Amino acid sequence: MSNLAKIERDPNYQELVRRRSSLGWMLSGVMLVIYFGFILLVAYAPKFLGIPLGSGVTTIGIPIGLSVIVLAFVLTGIYVRQANSSYDVLIRKVVEENRP
Amino acid sequence: MKKFSWLSAILLASMPTIALAAGSIDGGSKQATNWSAIGMFVGFVGLTLVITYWAAKRTASAADFYSAGGGITGFQNGLAIAGDYMSAASFLGISGLVYTSGYDGLIYSVGWLVGWPIVTFLIAEQLRNLGKFTFADVTSFRLGQTEIRILAACGSLVTVAFYLIAQMVGAGKLIQLLFGLDYWIAVVLVGGLMMIYVTFGGMKATTWVQIIKAVLLLSGATFMAAAVLYKFGFSPEALFAKATEVHPKKLAIMEPGSLISNPLSAISLGLALMFGTAGLPHILMRFFTVKDAQAARKSVFYATGFIGYFYILTFIIGFGAITLVSTDAMFLDGSILEKTKSGIAAIKGGSNMAAIHLANAVGGNLFLGFISAVAFATILAVVSGLALAGASSISHDLYAMVIKGGNANEQDEIRVSKIATLVLGVLAIFLGIVFENQNVAFMVGLAFAIAASCNFPVLVMSIFWRGLTTRGAVIGGFLGLASAVLGVVLSPAVWEATLGFAKGSAPIKLDNPALFSMALAFAGIWLVSILDRSKRAAADRDGFDAQYVRSQTGIGAASATAH
Repeated sequence: MSNLAKIERDPNYQELVRRRSSLGWMLSGVMLVIYFGFILLVAYAPKFLGIPLGSGVTTIGIPIGLSVIVLAFVLTGIYVRQANSSYDVLIRKVVEENRP
Repeated sequence: MKKFSWLSAILLASMPTIALAAGSIDGGSKQATNWSAIGMFVGFVGLTLVITYWAAKRTASAADFYSAGGGITGFQNGLAIAGDYMSAASFLGISGLVYTSGYDGLIYSVGWLVGWPIVTFLIAEQLRNLGKFTFADVTSFRLGQTEIRILAACGSLVTVAFYLIAQMVGAGKLIQLLFGLDYWIAVVLVGGLMMIYVTFGGMKATTWVQIIKAVLLLSGATFMAAAVLYKFGFSPEALFAKATEVHPKKLAIMEPGSLISNPLSAISLGLALMFGTAGLPHILMRFFTVKDAQAARKSVFYATGFIGYFYILTFIIGFGAITLVSTDAMFLDGSILEKTKSGIAAIKGGSNMAAIHLANAVGGNLFLGFISAVAFATILAVVSGLALAGASSISHDLYAMVIKGGNANEQDEIRVSKIATLVLGVLAIFLGIVFENQNVAFMVGLAFAIAASCNFPVLVMSIFWRGLTTRGAVIGGFLGLASAVLGVVLSPAVWEATLGFAKGSAPIKLDNPALFSMALAFAGIWLVSILDRSKRAAADRDGFDAQYVRSQTGIGAASATAH
């Protein structure tokens, strides 16, 4: 298990864990706030979502609902982009330097 | 995929000749036999059987059978995950919901999508790094194998069973309507084909069936939505204006309606949809079919994109059906129209048929046949994925790890999972026939509630919380499972609608129990774990460091065995 202790002390590993978990939990929090914000609007302010945009019949609820869908995809994209560009590099370094 | 594109092209090109065959008219609840639909469906089944044959020759080891040898790419897996998720219930159900209630349909779509980012951020990579074939590999990584495997198998099998029954009953009804086949024939057909795909082709065949169906469904839905928008000069405003004009609820379809009446109920349903996604065994299993954690992460990104795009399409399709189906006597039941004066209520075959009728309205009989065949293919692909997840839980978790204590012969293990698939298939056919006239709508909600209250809490706590002990996971997990089942039975949907007690007498007013069953599960896991002073608990906590390093870096993870 000495290899385990060595990995845990590796600054690259510590940086990987710190950055990945802070981004992961932060983005999860953002998603929860967006989604439950939407659900609370639906539950407590349905009339607000029914306000028409301009003079037409399209309501403000349509772009709000669609943007929750789009934001879910965008947040996923932000995480994957970060992971591809920097976490993978750190993981590779940790793996290389800690071959048993 | 390329390998098959010419094959599917030939099959599609030969369709019109089959479609020319005359259809017979059949009365009663059944639809006239739809030959173009049957022709295209036969084409789809033929193609999938070729794939199953191809996959069967390449399925020798347990890794091939459970996880397609880890040889699926991130993009392919994204399509397969999207395929698992875009079930007939979400395609026909959500477009039907938009058709009857407008905006409310969008609320469901949003709820079904937002679990995916959470899966990406917290679960996908860790799952791939820690597990091999089932999600129980992850939860039992440092905890007591026997107890945790039994808990995971219970959670998986109960989730799979309810989801499967709901799909089978839906399949029978739908096929009866679409193809004019008898209910029992439809159920036997779905169950039989599912058993063939899974027993012979394992995960490889199941994945490719899912990918092909996802591509067909996405193309069909794209065509339908584009055709609707084309009729309105690509102006959503014009589409909405016409819809609010012809719908009996008028402008109310543009805002949240009566579907979500009670705020707590809305939050509880939201929790079940969001976290249930992260606990469905047939979805979690897909992360083991890719090469490594990087591919797992990418596959959820693609899946989120496909699913989000698909839900936007179903919203347009639902509104398209309001304008084009509810106003056309051809799709309406004359006697109901006479009574209700509402084209929405009078739709032939019920609101779930909105997308199917719309296919006819925008693309004629041939496109109707295509969409009907795709809907059938969707059911087949989804039940196959479910059956494989259930069978893996029996053979890998219960047989190999619990009964044989991890020393099972690989070939025996595969044999057990094939037998389990056959048993599940026969059981699904039997239950599908038994439940023919029951209201099974609550079963999908129940499956999500159990996934969110038993599978998800144990999974996420085992990955992230050092303090978790075997005893805590088992007691908390079963608490979540039991309270979810009890909460559903005592909810208005089952107590009043299915069991027939007086309206308003349901002991629990929430439509979905996730709000308290998830809380109970997490609280139970936490409390029992911190009070646990056993020797086992110390070993559980000591194992966390090694598990955490592996979950983060993938060092020691099960490697891909693609040929």
